[in-house]
Amino acid sequence: MLFTIGVVGVMIKRNVISVFMCIELMLNAVNLTFVAFSSFFRDVSGQLFVFIVMTVAAAEAAVGLGIIIAIFRNRESLDVDDSSVLKL
Amino acid sequence: MLRAGTSPAPTIVRDNNLLSLIIFAPLAGAVINWLAGRRLRNERFIGVVACGSIAISTVIAFYLAFKSNGALHIGEANDTTPIMDHLWTWISVGTFRADFGLAMDRLSGIYALFVTFVGLLIHIFATGYMRGDGGYYRFFAYLNLFMFAMLTLVLADNFLLMFVGWEGVGLCSYLLIGFYLDKDEAAPAAKKAFIANRVGDWGFILGLMLIFFKTGSISFFDKGLAVKSALATIAAMPIDGFGWHAIFAGGITSIAVLLFIGATGKSAQIPLFVWLPDAMAGPTPVSALIHAATMVTAGVYMVVRCSAIYTHAPTAMFIVAIIGAATALFAATIGIAQNDIKKVLAYSTISQLGYMFLACGMGAFVAAIFHVMTHAFFKAQLFLGSGSVIHGMHHEQDMRRMGGLRKYLPVTWLTMCAGWLAICGVPIFAGFFSKDEILWKTWSASGLGMPQGFGKALWFIGAVTALLTAVYMTRLMVMTFWGGERFRVAQIDNLRGESHAQEPAQVNNLRHTPHESPLSMTIPLIVLAILSTIGGLVGVPYAISSLAGGHPENYFEQTLEPAISAAPNSAANSTDAATKPRWLSPAPQPVDGKPAFAPTQTNGGEAITGASEISQERLFALISVAIALFGIGIGWLVFQAQPLRQMPRLLENKYYVDEIYDAAIINPIHVGSRAGLWKLFDVGVIDGLIHDLGRAVIDFGKTLRYLQIGFVRAYAAIILAGALIIIGYFAYNGAYVLRFMVR
Repeated sequence: MLFTIGVVGVMIKRNVISVFMCIELMLNAVNLTFVAFSSFFRDVSGQLFVFIVMTVAAAEAAVGLGIIIAIFRNRESLDVDDSSVLKL
Repeated sequence: MLRAGTSPAPTIVRDNNLLSLIIFAPLAGAVINWLAGRRLRNERFIGVVACGSIAISTVIAFYLAFKSNGALHIGEANDTTPIMDHLWTWISVGTFRADFGLAMDRLSGIYALFVTFVGLLIHIFATGYMRGDGGYYRFFAYLNLFMFAMLTLVLADNFLLMFVGWEGVGLCSYLLIGFYLDKDEAAPAAKKAFIANRVGDWGFILGLMLIFFKTGSISFFDKGLAVKSALATIAAMPIDGFGWHAIFAGGITSIAVLLFIGATGKSAQIPLFVWLPDAMAGPTPVSALIHAATMVTAGVYMVVRCSAIYTHAPTAMFIVAIIGAATALFAATIGIAQNDIKKVLAYSTISQLGYMFLACGMGAFVAAIFHVMTHAFFKAQLFLGSGSVIHGMHHEQDMRRMGGLRKYLPVTWLTMCAGWLAICGVPIFAGFFSKDEILWKTWSASGLGMPQGFGKALWFIGAVTALLTAVYMTRLMVMTFWGGERFRVAQIDNLRGESHAQEPAQVNNLRHTPHESPLSMTIPLIVLAILSTIGGLVGVPYAISSLAGGHPENYFEQTLEPAISAAPNSAANSTDAATKPRWLSPAPQPVDGKPAFAPTQTNGGEAITGASEISQERLFALISVAIALFGIGIGWLVFQAQPLRQMPRLLENKYYVDEIYDAAIINPIHVGSRAGLWKLFDVGVIDGLIHDLGRAVIDFGKTLRYLQIGFVRAYAAIILAGALIIIGYFAYNGAYVLRFMVR
């Protein structure tokens, strides 16, 4: 459910920040399932994956926000559809 | 197969490391001349290096042949094991093994002797002839390289190494024919020689492969346990039947025919002879060395070397004999009408080579080699003589512009007389004995399955050829040395309405008086003239030598007999002799077909036939002499009176063979290549394929480009769709896989 909200969010939102947050939403949805299954199967490896995902998510968030700022500086816009071409 | 890199432990073989020096001395000479000579540009240095290296080879060849226990030493008549020199194992793959090994047995010994000796004389001659040429170093480097290749060919102990030499002489021939870079006809002539030889090589290499498949070996000799002799293996096989089907059966006959195709290429026999006359575009010493004395006889050498194969393939013998006889007659008729002094000699060479193959085809291998040797002497002599004439005439080759030269070139004239009489077959001179022997053996031989009277018919062709030979050689001599001095008349060509490419230069040169050649050119002439005179005496047949009460054995035959196929002797007394060709029984001459040192009269089978055959042979010798003298007489009377007599146009134009080949083979290939291969296949299919492929990729890319619209959310949608498809697939088909993973 949470994952689906994230997917739909990515699809329909036009604001980069919203899209970004929806991606985070999907990651966390996966984390949640990991933890749930981990406790269901009594297997620690699921929880280990969560840590990895969180680490990657943190790095991704940093890079992603950096990119967003760079785009905003260049285009004065946060609409994803505006940056449909690589050149300015 | 062992990697016998060190030594095959040949216990039965006589080793001698000097043998390799015979081939490597000329190679060293070539390298030195190429590297050092081109910088020094010192003709004396180059000449000394070139002649010196050949002299080394000559001395060693003679030493190895005639030292006690040497290859040709008659003292150990039954000891026919060759002198070997195993250098290294060249290729060893599975059961296939090719050595870089040399061997000098009686056959290759005789070849090595005359190749080195005649080669040496021609080298000396060339130092004089080529004086002042800009490519002096290049010429001698090539010439030495040729000697290396030729000696490799002759001394090789297996087919593959022989093929290396075979290709080597082809290459050198190409380089030397095209030596005069500024001569228009030289480059096409060189190309023609090379291509005609390629056609022959195709046959040779196919035959070589077939030999390996049949026998599992390509060696000529037994070399211990690891290497068996291919020839001995074939000699032990049953004889092929006679008939056309045998040619395509993939048996011994196929091998023999394929090898003979190689020989026709190298030795200029009928289908492939066209290159040799054109090869005269090269310098005259080259014509003498390569295109008369040595290289062109390589085909004969190969056939004789493979005599074991040929005696087991009567069909192939039949073909060889017919081709040989046809070539002899054909070339002789052309030779009679040529005006270029070198062209006459070229056709004469082809004709004489035809004789040699005729002898091979009739099973008279010894006679063939004998003729090769005497031919090497007198033809080298004639070519060098013509070189001397050309030199003296300032590079004038047209005999119509000569005449009366015996006053100006006395030495050349005298020595060429020796060569002339030798090639015509006047007794005492070398050519008489060898040619007479071939004719006699042709008459007396008869083979299994061959049509009756076949030998007689071929003898008739041979006799006619002998007559023609005498006529055209006399014509050459008369036009060149006798009669009026036509070299002062500028416009002879108008007589024939024919023009030559190098006209202006020659008209200028005609003002010079002809002059005799320097010593470096006349000395080889004299030596060769002496050899042409007495060289035949080593092989005087019994029938004639017994007349004079001289030593009765035919030295040459005695020496060579053990080296020729072992099949004949074993067949003679076996019970199924009737199924084998009759020439395999003791040959007509009393010393044939028995151990060389057996007393002449002890062999019963021969003593019976001996007396009548000997008298018959004497009769035939007389006929030969009569033919020769008759031919000389005709030539003398006809051409003395009218040296510029108009010859039949058909002959002068060489039966239009070149034109026929152009129309029948070269043109179709040309047109086929242009229209078919280039326009249709290359442009249509290959180019089309590549262009269409490129266009398809471009079109595909254009289609794909529409996916790259640039909207991030569209990409996300595509990713989602992909993910859904994959998940859907697993949910449908692979659910059990997931269940399994979950345990």
